[in-house]
Amino acid sequence: MIRFILIQNRAGKTRLAKWYMHFEDDEKQKLIEEVHAIVTVRDSKHTNFVAFRNFKIVYRRYAGLFFCICVDLDDNNLAYLEAIHNFVEVYMVCQCIFLSPSHNYPGQVLNEFFHNVCELDLVFNFYKVYAVVDEMFLAGEIRETSQSKVLTQLNYLNTLD
Amino acid sequence: MDGYQKKKYVSKLIFIFLLGNDIDFGHQEAVNLLSSVHFSEKQIGYLFVSVLIGSAHDLSQLIVQAIRHDIESRNPIFNMLAMQCVANIASKDMAELIGKDIPPLLSSSESTPGVKQTACLCLLKLLRVNPKAISIDQHALRIVQLLNDRHLGVVTSACSLLEELAHINSMGFSDCVPVAVTRLSRIVTSSHADLHDYTYYFVAAPWLSVKIMRLLQCFPIPDDAIVRSRLSEALDAILNRAQEPGKSKKIQHSNAKNAVLFEAVNLIIHFEGDPSLQVRACNLLGTYLTNKETNMRYLSLESMSKLATSMTTRDAVRKHQDTVLKALQSERDVSVRMRAIDLLYAMCDHTNAKTIVEELMSYLQKADYGIRETLVLKIAILAEKFALDYAWYVDIILNLIRYAGDYVSEEVWYRVIQIVINRQEVQGYAAKTCFEALQAPACHENMIKVGGYIMGEFGNLIAGDPQSGPMVQFQLLHSKFHLCSATTRALLLSVYIKFVNLFPEIKPHIQQVLQSDHQARNPDQELQQRSIEYLKLSNIASTDTLATVLEEMPPFPEKESSLLSKLYQTAPWTAKLHLDKAAAPAKPVELTVSGTVTPSVANGPSPQKPQTTPTTSLIDTTPAPVAAAQPPPPPTDPNTASLLVDVFATPSLQPAPHPLSLSSLL
Repeated sequence: MIRFILIQNRAGKTRLAKWYMHFEDDEKQKLIEEVHAIVTVRDSKHTNFVAFRNFKIVYRRYAGLFFCICVDLDDNNLAYLEAIHNFVEVYMVCQCIFLSPSHNYPGQVLNEFFHNVCELDLVFNFYKVYAVVDEMFLAGEIRETSQSKVLTQLNYLNTLD
Repeated sequence: MDGYQKKKYVSKLIFIFLLGNDIDFGHQEAVNLLSSVHFSEKQIGYLFVSVLIGSAHDLSQLIVQAIRHDIESRNPIFNMLAMQCVANIASKDMAELIGKDIPPLLSSSESTPGVKQTACLCLLKLLRVNPKAISIDQHALRIVQLLNDRHLGVVTSACSLLEELAHINSMGFSDCVPVAVTRLSRIVTSSHADLHDYTYYFVAAPWLSVKIMRLLQCFPIPDDAIVRSRLSEALDAILNRAQEPGKSKKIQHSNAKNAVLFEAVNLIIHFEGDPSLQVRACNLLGTYLTNKETNMRYLSLESMSKLATSMTTRDAVRKHQDTVLKALQSERDVSVRMRAIDLLYAMCDHTNAKTIVEELMSYLQKADYGIRETLVLKIAILAEKFALDYAWYVDIILNLIRYAGDYVSEEVWYRVIQIVINRQEVQGYAAKTCFEALQAPACHENMIKVGGYIMGEFGNLIAGDPQSGPMVQFQLLHSKFHLCSATTRALLLSVYIKFVNLFPEIKPHIQQVLQSDHQARNPDQELQQRSIEYLKLSNIASTDTLATVLEEMPPFPEKESSLLSKLYQTAPWTAKLHLDKAAAPAKPVELTVSGTVTPSVANGPSPQKPQTTPTTSLIDTTPAPVAAAQPPPPPTDPNTASLLVDVFATPSLQPAPHPLSLSSLL
């Protein structure tokens, strides 16, 4: 199962933290720091998997953000690596502004989810990231993998008052 | 304050909290939002609860009330919001209060797919948190039938739920196997146009395929021949797909395809049914050993380790020995090198042991410090298990101490001593080699411990040669005395008293050392006690008494090696490798030096018959504990280490009843 999901930037600031098992607040902070330390020193000659306590972290870097999923030792590495990518393809649609503006995303419809994105929209729409996460992952397992189904649902929720 | 304003302020509070600040007000308002009829307000309320409140709080009663209300609502969106919240924060109490409300949603035909998906995973969370509070017996059938649902998202979630249920009670859910196999077979043989919503970079439903295969690994191989053949066909199709050229150059395509492949390999290994599938899988993995993607090399090394111990694929694996050795030397990522080591360890047998052990030894000298201890253990275990002759084994261990002395744990050098004591033919050689090793100017402390002990027991075997006469031996050891820690010195004192017995001619010299102030008034209590007692012993005991007291250590009873349990502790992921090694039929190791080596190495009193009679290997464990026939235990199960009961876990060795047994090495 998934133990936690972390999205951090290179400086160590947490963009999203989703916990699927119980940790105290100070433990969470420690974990965040440890993960950051482990993951930021790795480069392309390393694998995308690294042992971490008695779990492992499957991670990938997208521009300035590290997407890390902490899973059990017997979980399928490549499946979770692509689960990250799947999520990112949906997530990037929502959070494009946080990534480096010069990064080019061929084929991505950046405004599909947000029409006329502006700063204020993002400040008051941060909670929607949690909606995306909970659509795709729940209770430490993968819930939905179809991008079209997820986006359809999120668009629908957007119309509700 | 109306709903909109409440929502606005509560969401600001969440935002501030996420930035890293503490929030100590607003909880009541957030919980109030839960009872709103507006989705957006509920959503913020639930988010606040999930992120900030959790389950243990004064307001938890109200929260549970609101959740139950939403679960019972006719609005599927509200059902999902509430269940998501439960899946995020459930506690034992909550499981008891809400546990009964979820299963009906799963079974009801009116539930939307989204509700079923969320209900499955919500139930999974509750099961994990408090299994006793959930009773799903009357819903079991419906849950299994969810595997046939048209909506693949529902099937995905149901798989996860079933996997957990199967862990709790695999017999009760074995009905899902045929359904799962059929589903899997339909997915892998479909063209990518069929499942357009669930096709990811030209791969059909990769995550679902992986989940189904994981679910199948919870059960033994199906009895029904039709189901079995359908499964074989599906696995065959997966292997075929993997060998075809990719439909897309993107890494996502190959990763997804290979995710399915690696899980299929796990399933093939688990079922162990069809040897041709196993060999095919092995050969396929072999081609990935030199893939340009580091991830692939890592994963193929890992998967191959699991195949290396199986009888069917042993030879197929061994063909790749050179590639793996090269990987050991040339890989840039240390975790890949670790996997190469694991694979070499798993594929080792008496034909290639010498090569592999020597390669590992040369790697040891440049290995990262973090992995040295595990590597030392592995080399020691291999050297012992596949020793051509024990002289070679002794050399290996002494070299280990030379190259990586700090990382040679106690169990390793206890073991070499046990073996030397048990094997008469190598005692002289051991004494000679230790003597020579100790002459090196810079000697690791572990070498002094081992060398000292061996010479204390068998120094008489080399005393004939004037170059290693009694006085020379004593002076050699004593020259290192002041360099050692207290525990080593205590050991050396014991060696000295043994010398008094072996070499009466140097007794006065030894007595002089024992009575010097440095020993007799040493601040360390153990050293002081030993030196005084030994001195007294050497003075008052007659030759015969002395000989009895300081008699050669009798052979140790042949029990399982402590090295294996130590290895489990330091490298838990190798536990599964060991289980396979233990379950494989024990091959008797031919030890050619002095004819047959019988299990009951009987020099003196042989206290217990060893448990495994025909084999002579000291490592093979007893048959019972790891039965490969049953559904395998969860792979990472450190408790299996306790099955290897280790007589030598405590420093005090307890051989046969012995008058005044010098039972502690330290």
